Amino acid sequence: MSTRSDDRPPFRPFRNLNAKIASVPMILTTMVVFVGGTFWTVLYSFTKSGLLPRLEFVGLAQYERLWGTNRWLIAIENLFIFGICMLVFSMVIGFVLAALLDQKIRFENTFRSIILFPYALSFIVTGLVWQWILNPQFGVQGVVRNLGWTSFTFDPLYNADIVIYGILIAALWQGTGLVMCLMLAGLRGIDEDIWKAARVDGIPAWKTYVFIVIPMMRPVFVTAIVLIASGIVRVYDLVVAQTSGGPGIASEVPAKYVYDMMFSSQNLGQGFAASTMMLLSVAIVIIPWAYLEFGRRRRHG
Amino acid sequence: MANVASINTTAAAFDAVADRVEGPAGPRPRRVLSRRNILLYGTLILVSAYYLLPLYVMIVTSLKGMPEIRIGNVFAPPLEITFEPWVKAWATACTGLNCDGLSRGFWNSVRITVPSVLLSILIASVNGYALANWRFRGSEMFFTILIVGAFIPYQVMIYPIVILLREMGIYGTLTGLVIVHTIFGMPILTLLFRNYFTSVPEELFKAARVDGAGFWGIYFKIMMPMSLPIFVVAIIIQVTGIWNDFLFGVVYTRPESYPMTVQLNNIVNSVQGVKEYNVNMAATLLTGLVPLIVYFLSGKLFVRGIAAGAVKG
Repeated sequence: MSTRSDDRPPFRPFRNLNAKIASVPMILTTMVVFVGGTFWTVLYSFTKSGLLPRLEFVGLAQYERLWGTNRWLIAIENLFIFGICMLVFSMVIGFVLAALLDQKIRFENTFRSIILFPYALSFIVTGLVWQWILNPQFGVQGVVRNLGWTSFTFDPLYNADIVIYGILIAALWQGTGLVMCLMLAGLRGIDEDIWKAARVDGIPAWKTYVFIVIPMMRPVFVTAIVLIASGIVRVYDLVVAQTSGGPGIASEVPAKYVYDMMFSSQNLGQGFAASTMMLLSVAIVIIPWAYLEFGRRRRHG
Repeated sequence: MANVASINTTAAAFDAVADRVEGPAGPRPRRVLSRRNILLYGTLILVSAYYLLPLYVMIVTSLKGMPEIRIGNVFAPPLEITFEPWVKAWATACTGLNCDGLSRGFWNSVRITVPSVLLSILIASVNGYALANWRFRGSEMFFTILIVGAFIPYQVMIYPIVILLREMGIYGTLTGLVIVHTIFGMPILTLLFRNYFTSVPEELFKAARVDGAGFWGIYFKIMMPMSLPIFVVAIIIQVTGIWNDFLFGVVYTRPESYPMTVQLNNIVNSVQGVKEYNVNMAATLLTGLVPLIVYFLSGKLFVRGIAAGAVKG
């Protein structure tokens, strides 16, 4: 019998046996990998693990060392700059592009396909192409210099101060299509009558967008922000492909720090501590959001 | 999970997009060359040019010879078209000691992607079906953990999985990597299938039950044939996702079975030898070709996949 309508099926271990068997992979994944793995990593972040994991507790020593490491501090700073810029620019550009595409234009499909296609490409491909375009000798800088402006300088990938913006350019190229697509869906969800009413009242289009449409699109914005934010924390491949963390350690990011500590430096404890910090930062973003959404749902039944 | 609902509404709105793209619904504008239109289309054409630029750069660079690259710039069209870089990228480019080109990575990626896509979709679809139609005590809790788990950074879980795979004796093998892809594809795919199966009318399910069909009977005879479009969406999500993966490939396989993305990165970012930009770009383009083909063939279905697939971040 289907139990879809009941919220709390009674406990009968052999009922729905097939469904339970079919759910074994999910149960293993959630309990062993997601819950177990996370717990394991957090637990071992308090140990002295080096080349191999060892259950020899050292309290917060790994964290103290982590926050005293220049490389980690640079990684955090980069993630912060990259994250803020990525959120702001991808939201603004994504929304503006969606608004442009929403003007009942011809060839909308073509424009949308072109803006979205980079999203289908991997970060490795994205990073390598932009590494080539930003090449100071043959790329943008070289072209402008050849035009006669010989002192023109634009070499983000070779300048430690601005390298993170070079990565941002590539990330925006790859990711704004996604935001545009989400925003366009949101705009299409807005009732035509609202536009008509605003036009009748003589409200200019930009004001209608800012004061009426955007507040109505709150759920779409929240979804887009959560998606972009959880992607930002994970940024890894792009940096590896575009700069390998260089010049020097100027474009390190936390995900790369974790990988290098675990698999190159044989410094597992540092890797676990750093990944726990990543988990914490995601939790800080996700938990308030989930709480808000959950809370609202519950209050309204 | 709250996200489920918002993804649903997004998916619905995506369908609305698909319905409306057929043409403008309002009255025909009076003048084609109004200032507004020039500004609007001008902006869109510029933006499109910007987005297409890297693709153009990849293509022209891969068709030039090295001497031509050294005297020109990345945007200049090739004076003399050569396919040498493509041949070299595919067949003889070196990573470390191996000099059999990107073809090795390509076939590795095929060997990884095909079983991973099949296994992950099989497991997740049955799983979503169980969650939608055969709930049992605790099933919703597992589902919630699964969706929350999609937001845990992979870095938190990669090492415990290394240990698990090593205990099972499959660390470094393609089987191990296939299992990893199945695990990390599960949240998004289960969500996709669960939402779809929940929307199937319950009467249909009840009628089949009355006729004596069981769990697997209903799945294979009713649910699966009814939901082919959603299977296609799942395939699109998984093929592009797994093909583009880098992190799992580099962590869970050995150098001889590295997927294409990892090998590509090793070819391009190797520090030895002279940089052959044309070969690098040919290799990059080759690696991007599979997801690009999937993207341009799938059209609206890719957009549908994004509505759900975006959860993966």
